[in-house]
Amino acid sequence: MLRFLARRLALTIPVLLGVATLVFSLIHLIPGDPAQAMLGESASPQDVAELRSRLGLDRPLLEQYGRFLRGAVHGDLGQSLRTSQPVAAAILERMPATIELAAAAMLIAVGFAIPLGIIAAVWRGTAIDYAATTLSLLGVSIPNFWLGPLLAIVFSIELGWLPVSGRGTWANLVLPAVSLGAALAAILARMTRATLLEELREQYVTAARARGASRVRAVLRHAFRNSLIPVITLIGLQFGAVLTGAVITETIFAWPGIGRLLIQSIGFRDYPIVQGCILLIAVTYVGMNLVTDLLYGLVDPRIRYE
Amino acid sequence: MVLLAVLAAIVGPSLAPFDPAAQQLALRLDGPSPMHWFGLDELGRDIFARVLAGARISLMVGLVVVSISSTVGTLLGSIAGYFGGRIDEAISRVIDILLAFPGLLLAIALVAVLGPGLTNVVLALSLIGWVGYARLVRGQVLRAREFEFVQAARALGATTPRILARHIMPTALPAVTVQATLGMGGAILAEAALSFLGLGVQPPTPSWGTMLNGGRTHLLDAPHLTIFPGLAIAALVLGFNFLGDGLRDALDPVTRQAKRT
Repeated sequence: MLRFLARRLALTIPVLLGVATLVFSLIHLIPGDPAQAMLGESASPQDVAELRSRLGLDRPLLEQYGRFLRGAVHGDLGQSLRTSQPVAAAILERMPATIELAAAAMLIAVGFAIPLGIIAAVWRGTAIDYAATTLSLLGVSIPNFWLGPLLAIVFSIELGWLPVSGRGTWANLVLPAVSLGAALAAILARMTRATLLEELREQYVTAARARGASRVRAVLRHAFRNSLIPVITLIGLQFGAVLTGAVITETIFAWPGIGRLLIQSIGFRDYPIVQGCILLIAVTYVGMNLVTDLLYGLVDPRIRYE
Repeated sequence: MVLLAVLAAIVGPSLAPFDPAAQQLALRLDGPSPMHWFGLDELGRDIFARVLAGARISLMVGLVVVSISSTVGTLLGSIAGYFGGRIDEAISRVIDILLAFPGLLLAIALVAVLGPGLTNVVLALSLIGWVGYARLVRGQVLRAREFEFVQAARALGATTPRILARHIMPTALPAVTVQATLGMGGAILAEAALSFLGLGVQPPTPSWGTMLNGGRTHLLDAPHLTIFPGLAIAALVLGFNFLGDGLRDALDPVTRQAKRT
């Protein structure tokens, strides 16, 4: 297991370096002078020159790259152009809100999707299966930037049950979490159904039934446990979609997380914050994929020896 | 649904009873009526006419992004899979790095620096879109290059481009077709998401995402601004997902056999 861990960690380092390089180069993709673009056309040449020097854009490219990498490793991602607050502090301030939202969305998705997938697989080909399959296809197709406002129209405006925006109580969390978790739930339900169907065809399930195990026990204790491995992997891999979805959901529901900070900073052309948010989300995603791979290796020893 | 959207995109704007840009300020935010089926927006423009015009933008973005992504991805994936070695290493590392950015995040970042607008959206979505095709085709080519008929073609002295085009690519084509169909839905969703965030198509061009963004401030007094463009996106994406699923079932022998038994 240690060799597998070391090999997987070694593979992650070049990816992280590539991610950091791409995030660093973002600022150099800005058409024209990045400092001028950040301050706007009306900025004086002195202000532009000062910002250029403050961001180190007047230094050779390699030196800028080295400074960026050193800073990223030490958690120093520069300062916000608008508030002068350190980028890392601004992001850390918003992080609990995004973690809360992402965790709630994943919890709702898993809690809804797994029973739905099991029901659809067990009653394959029946009306229940078609209803569950259609529901999950709808979930994949309905964008969260439409589902969010629809939920707000129904549950906040028409029924008045839940607040439409902000953060603080559990009631604030319900609509953003449901709107963010819906697509994940749909994908998970499809995956649970597909993998469970495969397992149900295996001989060990027939053997368990022949030994006298009830249908429920054969499904839940035998087939479902084995079908869980790819489902767990998918949950890990879909974490990235949840993070990206959070950017949109936080914008809809005025949820004070990293996603909203990113979109607001794009509007203000506060590029150090934009770079910081992108870097953090990508690194978190890479980290999540690493954890998923390691868990997968832990659960299924064959993976370790491939 | 897909056919309906294609028809709407081609003939819709000429059949629409109103100009999508024409403003009737006195009737602004009016709800659906026999005259204006989907109601009017915040500037008194007919939402039905704008939804029809938006279909053209969505399908155009989907088509261009999928065409660029699938061509580049197929080309690079087949080169990586067929030649292996350092070329494969280099292409695979680029794929790994681009896949380290979840979904739309890199597109958001690219549009943030390049500036909002339709061209930059297509560019950003194509830049991230080719990766999926490349990975898929690489896997297919890695498998296919060991087939006996490919080795026979090589032994007979067929050139590499000929082997790739005539013998290997046909084995990868069904999977690429399915991926492209599902990719159309994905590209349409991504364009709408970027436009919704204010980073994609800019007003007054009628894009479904931009229309949804405009409806956000009128959730209380005019929910129809949100309902109809969203319905159009969901229906079209659902159509492409159904089509992709159907194609996969039809083209994948394993699924086909499982359905028969």
